[in-house]
Amino acid sequence: MKRRNFLSLTAGAAAATGLAACGSSGPSDTSSGSGSGGADAASYWFLSGPPGEPIRQGAVDRFNKTGNGTIKVTTFQNDTYKDKLKTALGAGQAPSIIWGWGGGGLKSYVEAGQVDDLTDWFAQNSAVKDRLFKASFGPATIDGKIYAMPAETVQPIVMLYNKEAFEKAGVSAPPQTWAELMEQVPKFNAKGIAPFSLAGQSRWTNMMWLELLFDRIGGPEVFGNAYNGQKDAWSNPAAIDALTKVQDLVKANGFIKGFASVTADSNADQALLYRGKAAMELHGSWSYGIIKAEGGSFIKDGKLGYASFPAVDGGKGDPTNAYGNAGQYLSIYSKASDKQKETAKAFFKTMLDDAEQQGWIESGGVPIVQGSNAKLANSPDKDFLNFIYDVSSKANNFGQSWDQALSPTAAETLLENIAKLFQLKVTPQEFATNMNAVIGK
Amino acid sequence: MAWPALIAFTIFGVIPLFGVLYLSFSSWNGLSETIPMSGLESWKSVLSDPGLPHALWVTFLIMALSWLAQTPISILLGVFIAKHARYRSVLAVLFFVPLLLSQVAISITYKMLLDPNFGLGAGLGLEFLQQDWLGDSTLAVGVVIFVVSWQWIPFHSLIYQGGVRQIPASMYEAAEIDGAGRVRKFFSITLPQLKYTIITSSTLMVVGSLTFFDLIWVLTAGGPGDATRALAVDMYQRGFKATLMGPASVIAVILVLLGLGLALLLRRLGGRDATESQLEGA
Repeated sequence: MKRRNFLSLTAGAAAATGLAACGSSGPSDTSSGSGSGGADAASYWFLSGPPGEPIRQGAVDRFNKTGNGTIKVTTFQNDTYKDKLKTALGAGQAPSIIWGWGGGGLKSYVEAGQVDDLTDWFAQNSAVKDRLFKASFGPATIDGKIYAMPAETVQPIVMLYNKEAFEKAGVSAPPQTWAELMEQVPKFNAKGIAPFSLAGQSRWTNMMWLELLFDRIGGPEVFGNAYNGQKDAWSNPAAIDALTKVQDLVKANGFIKGFASVTADSNADQALLYRGKAAMELHGSWSYGIIKAEGGSFIKDGKLGYASFPAVDGGKGDPTNAYGNAGQYLSIYSKASDKQKETAKAFFKTMLDDAEQQGWIESGGVPIVQGSNAKLANSPDKDFLNFIYDVSSKANNFGQSWDQALSPTAAETLLENIAKLFQLKVTPQEFATNMNAVIGK
Repeated sequence: MAWPALIAFTIFGVIPLFGVLYLSFSSWNGLSETIPMSGLESWKSVLSDPGLPHALWVTFLIMALSWLAQTPISILLGVFIAKHARYRSVLAVLFFVPLLLSQVAISITYKMLLDPNFGLGAGLGLEFLQQDWLGDSTLAVGVVIFVVSWQWIPFHSLIYQGGVRQIPASMYEAAEIDGAGRVRKFFSITLPQLKYTIITSSTLMVVGSLTFFDLIWVLTAGGPGDATRALAVDMYQRGFKATLMGPASVIAVILVLLGLGLALLLRRLGGRDATESQLEGA
């Protein structure tokens, strides 16, 4: 009985998303005529929901009108998508265009021979390549070959804060150093405001703290060594120091009470910030769009502040280094037909056109196009967007989110151990030992 | 006449079972179309993984505690609604509402109600409800058991209601003549007569609890840490999150064996005549 429930759940979810997709791809079907659909049309799966879905859909609609082929869209929710895609790849039923995050996930597709090498295509179409941020090609490149088209926006992790909460607690500015951050914690707690909001049940939210602390203390090579498979890389003294600092912050009640039961999917962590229950939040730059959409007049009233992650005294890392998503990634399924692959490549050439760039800017994102900051001047969010453009373009190193960079196997172990680290269920040393065991897996 | 059932069972039961057994000897990542075989490697890795005893412990804990929570309440409710009275029929219908809802919907609702910052406790200003329900290891297990019980008690009450209605009225009449009170009748007639119903209901509860997945997944995703990572959740995380289909299949095989073993054990407890008619000689 339960097993059947589970199966019908997954089947139901697939059917529901399938139905939703029929609805949203309706207009593109009619614009391209009823005869041109079918097997020749390239399929394209991506994430549903605002702000991305209508912008992605718009780009497809405009392409379908050019007569260079037809793209059919299916949309999914984040976690559903990740699982569905893996199943579809294993079953040989994947879409012609695969939307993704690059890095370790892409690497596993490459190793399974599921996606096409696009290096030659980019060499022949250097104009497509040259107009995008250089850093955005990092997660698309596996062993020196490019397997994905970078797309959409750059999303560094930044520190967002509630100016009103700062005023209440008598704190003048966001922390510039880790020592300052630890000093501010009791000041906020004394006023009944949690220093930091955190959606701990989602686990990757906790991971952002580690990414930046590792980088600030020991530089990008600390994680780089683990990524490159060096033995015992997680036992690096800088890593142990960073893990200890996180636990110190937990022990000092730096995070909102009950953070382990807060999830990021419901945007409860942002709500805690704009409702003044928490003073600060370390989160991806996409949070701005969420707060803008759900936080009422919070941004309009000028209550949202933002800053880079603080430096750590004596740390080796460059404080301009950024972490996050250097872009989103589209790959071509190796078993798609020649016609579908042609359509996909023609679509890649039209991507991030002016209308799409405008869409991303309006949603509170910075497109990964060189000089896209010139388009920011008219945006009501220009201050924040310029901040993100500067953080991204001036970063000496733009690191990729660990769970995307690592293989799915290592990433799952990482996330599980991070949850335990924040729960104070493992010591920094135990964390390092557990992670050392999956290096290179 | 059994052919259609047999064919369906073969296609949807037996063949996938052997498929999983086959996969448990592979190192498939779920992505490639060729399945690399690796002998006993997956079995070795799972059996030597400290995560397995933990997942077994969580599974048995949830199984035992949810049985303990559900059985007494289900029996009492079943006995209560078995009597023919109009208001009891109305109540019986109300009791049934949880069973009609999907597990995922229930889980999402409870998750929202239990949110420490925006949930029921914060909304009503009740301090004791503002616990870190799903973020504390012990509380999270308690919440899972509570939600499971909340959903399944109606179903088991229905089974007990049926069981109670099968008990011949003459037995109660005889007991009344002998001067037995309500409590005495319950313990001396109802409960012994429900023996086989208890075994049926317990089998469903115990074997069903092995596959608790959707509810735990939505409520806690196996967390906090691995506090609610039961076997079925463990299987999913290994298979679909960590792309280790081999070890995930090993867990699936273990689940099947456990389920079979438990069902057989409960049948043995019930005696060989458990499936025979109980009306004769009553």
